[in-house]
Amino acid sequence: MISIFQNYGGLLLQGFGQTLICSIIALFFALVIGSGFAILEVMPNKLIHGLAKAYIELFRNIPLLVITMFFYVVIPMYIAKISGFAAGTIGLTLYSSAFIAETVRSGIQSVDPGQMEGARANGLSFWQAMRYIVLPQAFKYVLPPLGNQFINLIKNSSVLAFVAGMDLMYQGNVIASDSLRSMATYLCIGLLYLIITLPLSYYMRYLEKKLAA
Amino acid sequence: MKKVYQKLGLLFALVVMVMSLGACSNSSSKKNVLADDKKSNTITWGVKADTKLFGLMDVKDNQIKGFEVDLAKAMTKQILGKDGKARFLQVTSQTRMPLLRNGNIDAIMATMTITPEREKQVDFTRSYFDAGQAILVKQNSKVKSVKSLNKKGAVILGVVGSNSVQNIKKFASKAKVLQLTDYSQALTALKSGQGDALTTDNGILYGMSVENPGYVVRGGAFTKEPYGIAVDQGQTGLKNAMNKALTKVEKSGQYNKLIYKWFGHVKGFDLKEAYRQ
Amino acid sequence: MLNVLCAYSWVNIKFLLEGAGVTVFVSVVSIIISYILGVILGIIRYVNFKYVSAIVGFIIDIIRNLPLILVIFFTYFGLPSLGFKPAPIWASIIALSIFEAMMVAEIVRAGIASIPIGQMEGARANGLTYWQALRYIVLPQAIKNMIPAIVSQFISLVKDTSLATIIVLPDLMNHAQIIYGQNTNYTIPMFIALAVMYFIVCYSLSLLSEYLERRIGRSKAVDPEDQPTNPDDPNNPNNIANLDA
Repeated sequence: MISIFQNYGGLLLQGFGQTLICSIIALFFALVIGSGFAILEVMPNKLIHGLAKAYIELFRNIPLLVITMFFYVVIPMYIAKISGFAAGTIGLTLYSSAFIAETVRSGIQSVDPGQMEGARANGLSFWQAMRYIVLPQAFKYVLPPLGNQFINLIKNSSVLAFVAGMDLMYQGNVIASDSLRSMATYLCIGLLYLIITLPLSYYMRYLEKKLAA
Repeated sequence: MKKVYQKLGLLFALVVMVMSLGACSNSSSKKNVLADDKKSNTITWGVKADTKLFGLMDVKDNQIKGFEVDLAKAMTKQILGKDGKARFLQVTSQTRMPLLRNGNIDAIMATMTITPEREKQVDFTRSYFDAGQAILVKQNSKVKSVKSLNKKGAVILGVVGSNSVQNIKKFASKAKVLQLTDYSQALTALKSGQGDALTTDNGILYGMSVENPGYVVRGGAFTKEPYGIAVDQGQTGLKNAMNKALTKVEKSGQYNKLIYKWFGHVKGFDLKEAYRQ
Repeated sequence: MLNVLCAYSWVNIKFLLEGAGVTVFVSVVSIIISYILGVILGIIRYVNFKYVSAIVGFIIDIIRNLPLILVIFFTYFGLPSLGFKPAPIWASIIALSIFEAMMVAEIVRAGIASIPIGQMEGARANGLTYWQALRYIVLPQAIKNMIPAIVSQFISLVKDTSLATIIVLPDLMNHAQIIYGQNTNYTIPMFIALAVMYFIVCYSLSLLSEYLERRIGRSKAVDPEDQPTNPDDPNNPNNIANLDA
């Protein structure tokens, strides 16, 4: 295992970086898109609610690999060229946004509806009430589950390996077949993933306890 | 904070445990694969299922078909007798080596080039097919040969674990190489415009061009890629039996029949060069 | 348009359905194993058996935080060194069962922990042993709370079977890739087929989850008309003590 780190340190580092970059980009956009759809889903307008729900259910019920391969294979054939890294990041963003939307929606719904009514009665618009009163409270509730979604997102970023996205898992496959020592290589890769996910996971549990207390 | 240290300690212990487990497994006692195969009257071959002409999954009946599958069947009969059974497990360039070393499969016949690095890990029979690396491009592509790919911005597609991705770095060092998980993925990526050319052995590329008229093998072969059957290290009995069986299949004319069956209709393929005896 | 029709020829559809069969088989077996294993591990994790719980908890945390693809590699490439050589289908089932069991265990642990401690104390005060209280009072309530999370985990499991194509599991994803790998014109039709087939399986699971939630939610506030038999009857499915079966 140590020899893998010595011989392939550069590749491992590069993959580690790509995984981090992809995860951060995907997290940012998934948060924005997901929160947007969560708000649309709780809007009173039936049509908007239905469309938002359709988006969420669509991306929640199709495998991430299918979504990613779609962007890698189909879109370039007909529309525009997309690199593996971009296809993977887009797929990861859309897929995660559906889960984040569900999480944020449950957070919004756990905020007492009286809060919204009170804010509206005080002259705030729906969006203002959402922005200043409901969302800040909702985010507090959903921080631990959101953290878990982020951990899932990092783990799911390994799907980039299927589209030559240069991430940690891809480099793992490359190193494993170059060194012909697959178990040792994958143990190294596992360790590198754990460096990101394990502390996050413990931090989320700590937050959960703190919020519950 | 104390708890965190405790956990880190546990993690360390676990890693050491797993590592020692891995270390033990490398020195596991070797069995005699040939004797086991004779007892069960079955040889388990690792073959490709995504490579036209060599080993390709037939959608109609869920069977893998190709030159290598037929050759493996013929050789199984030579080794085990008429009732000998050949079992096939699908492998990719990425999975075949671990599977062989773990004993999931007895032998690899999966478009695998004999190379010195691989010979440190597995034992090869003599070559059963002589391929050479080439490139596949779109018919209207400006790429004339591998040389025109040796520039910044060029993207070459290959498959993880194949010899050709190692080689291409020598011939087109400035190009970027993307490694996909298997050949059907690599071909799909080429068609999607994810790369300028797909590189691997010409035999495989001919198979792709047969199926996809818009794509051609260009510039000829630029390396020699003798395919060998790989067995686990130390399985000398099996290796010798395979070499003998290969010779018999070649002498009986069966080999040439199989070459003709699979490559007879491929444009640009030199049958005479491939024929043996 | 003609391409689309050819893509859905009987031969291709049959091949896809064979793949779907493998996906469903792997999913169902893994769901059963991971549910049982997950609940057991979750309880071990919650009940403090000193070192056992700490070690189990730690292993759960490690596996839970790895990408599934790695777990698949470890089972497919690693198990043989322990003398067991699984075919891709069994390697996938083992990997998925273990991975999802860890996720379920974490859900179960959090679920039990979310039940107010007063429930346990009250039960103990009424003369139940620790295990009886856990079995009849705490677990049924916890499982009820956990059902949405567990079902959505199982939906993930179904989707995650597609990752096993990397060790050439002949599942729906793999069969679709084989078809469009051999004929590019079939790419879009195959992606549509993939999306539809996965969606049908996963969405019906979501609906099942909603149904279960409603059904179990109802048992809390019992509607007398829905109560044909004695509510204390142990065979009555609405009796809360039977819900953890």
